[in-house]
Amino acid sequence: MNDTSDPKFWTDLVDVLLLGTGQTLYMVSVALLVTVVVGLPLGVLLVGTERGGLFASPFGSRTAGRVVNRLLDFVVNLGRSIPFIILMIAVIPFTRLVVGTFIGSTAAIVPLSLVAIPFFARMVEIALKEVDPGLTEAANSLGATRWQIVRKVLVPEALPSMLLGLATTVTSIINFSAMVGTVAGGGLGDVAFRYGYQRYSTIHIVAVIVIIFVIVQSLAAIATHFAKKFARTSSPEGRVGAAEKLELRAAADTA
Amino acid sequence: MISITNVSKTFGVGAGRTLALDDVSLEVGRGEIFGVVGQSGAGKSTLIRTVNVLERPDSGTVAVDGRELTALSERDLRVARQGIGMVFQHFNLLSSRTVRGNVELALEVVGVDGSQRRSRAGEILELVGLGDKTDSYPAQLSGGQKQRVGIARSLATRPSVLLSDEATSALDPETTRSILELLRTLNRELGLTVLLITHEMDVVKSICDSAALIEGGRIAENGRLVDLIRAPGSRLARELFPLGAVPANATGTVVDITFSGGLADRPVIAQLSREHAIDVSILGATIETIAGNQAGRTRLELPGSAATNAAAIADLRAQGLLVEIVGDAA
Repeated sequence: MNDTSDPKFWTDLVDVLLLGTGQTLYMVSVALLVTVVVGLPLGVLLVGTERGGLFASPFGSRTAGRVVNRLLDFVVNLGRSIPFIILMIAVIPFTRLVVGTFIGSTAAIVPLSLVAIPFFARMVEIALKEVDPGLTEAANSLGATRWQIVRKVLVPEALPSMLLGLATTVTSIINFSAMVGTVAGGGLGDVAFRYGYQRYSTIHIVAVIVIIFVIVQSLAAIATHFAKKFARTSSPEGRVGAAEKLELRAAADTA
Repeated sequence: MISITNVSKTFGVGAGRTLALDDVSLEVGRGEIFGVVGQSGAGKSTLIRTVNVLERPDSGTVAVDGRELTALSERDLRVARQGIGMVFQHFNLLSSRTVRGNVELALEVVGVDGSQRRSRAGEILELVGLGDKTDSYPAQLSGGQKQRVGIARSLATRPSVLLSDEATSALDPETTRSILELLRTLNRELGLTVLLITHEMDVVKSICDSAALIEGGRIAENGRLVDLIRAPGSRLARELFPLGAVPANATGTVVDITFSGGLADRPVIAQLSREHAIDVSILGATIETIAGNQAGRTRLELPGSAATNAAAIADLRAQGLLVEIVGDAA
């Protein structure tokens, strides 16, 4: 079956890899989109509902703020503590409700998003906490609304940090996307499992590793590039220092 | 213009509870530059933050331009804040925006549309002397330039009041001077009322019309500088005239004589020697420009006790000089 002298083996390999890469990119990009759309506001709320935060007292009630904060914190912690393979199985009823099935790449987007949202929300939380509170105060002194502060001050200022967080998030989505392959989710994980594991094809395994490596590294490079671009730090030396710091962090994150 | 009435504010609960402001009342007149001095922890920052209600007082009221801000809803308060500019010690500029972008933020908040924002930002940046830096990022600017951006941002919406929270404390003396000059100019040309807090007496001396001393959350002294320097025992005045401590080894009567308002050119010492036959020693002297007027304080030592010099001192006081006996041999 692994007859490398047969030209059909190679055309098959290319077809299988193309399909797998396509499925992986599809799952990852849609899951990433969902993650940003849900995770960003979640991160903003996590920080905002803290004591002294922008949304510390929704509708004038600090109790409401505290409850929302505890609840979100709990949900995020829960999401982050459950091993992915278990989460994937546990959310099958939900997946079926949303997509109609729990098999295939589209269905895999649901657990992938669910695992990435809390992860990214924490990243957003960390990035927002790095923003100097003085900037919020300045915006307040200008008469800005909370929404204006989030949109015009907090998010733009935290953008470089959030981009690096996004790079880490995307890496972990790719990581988990390989796992959904084992439960009929398709993608490169599926290729590695069916051809590499079940049919002992080293070439498939190596090809999958190379492709995933290239995807992860390019995404990390893009994110770091933009993070650096948006990080307007002081003096040329300061800029180099900050860029190095960002690179170190990105390296540590992807590790 | 700014009326702070019986404002109190506490932070923390239980054992960690601190009274940051204790029944503070202040009145800042229209077009005035008013300085609040005090050491760190005295309550200055809290006080200035109650003026635009960034810090809501536990009790008391704050009114700006006749409008009681402490009584407003959050929404109305936001609108009111647009008429009160504020500058900060650490500038608090957005690093992600250019100089122009930072100024435009103030206008975006108010809802000014794009082209008007651009022209207004350019105009105000020209006014603060940064016309050539509009496309720079804050990281590319010096401290003084950053503070000019902060000032431009705070004035973009044409407020009538400017609050300055230690605006020059992070700057070197040279830059401090230029920023203070800018504030003075803006105060004159725009009729801007300025309330500033500082721990530097030099700031008060060079631009303030009035000042208050705050200690432990209370106003210890308060008034126009021209009056304060004539007020016996004024601690602010003592800070304004840096004569140092009274020497411990003085053998006679040590008096501080303050000259102000046209009394500065009297031949006081010669007169004392001639008319009262006193051998006067000068221990120290300083001449300062306070609120735009020359004023001086001289520390003299007169031989003998205060009682023996009573006639001479009475004579000086009769001339309208402020004479304070700060050391007495008897």
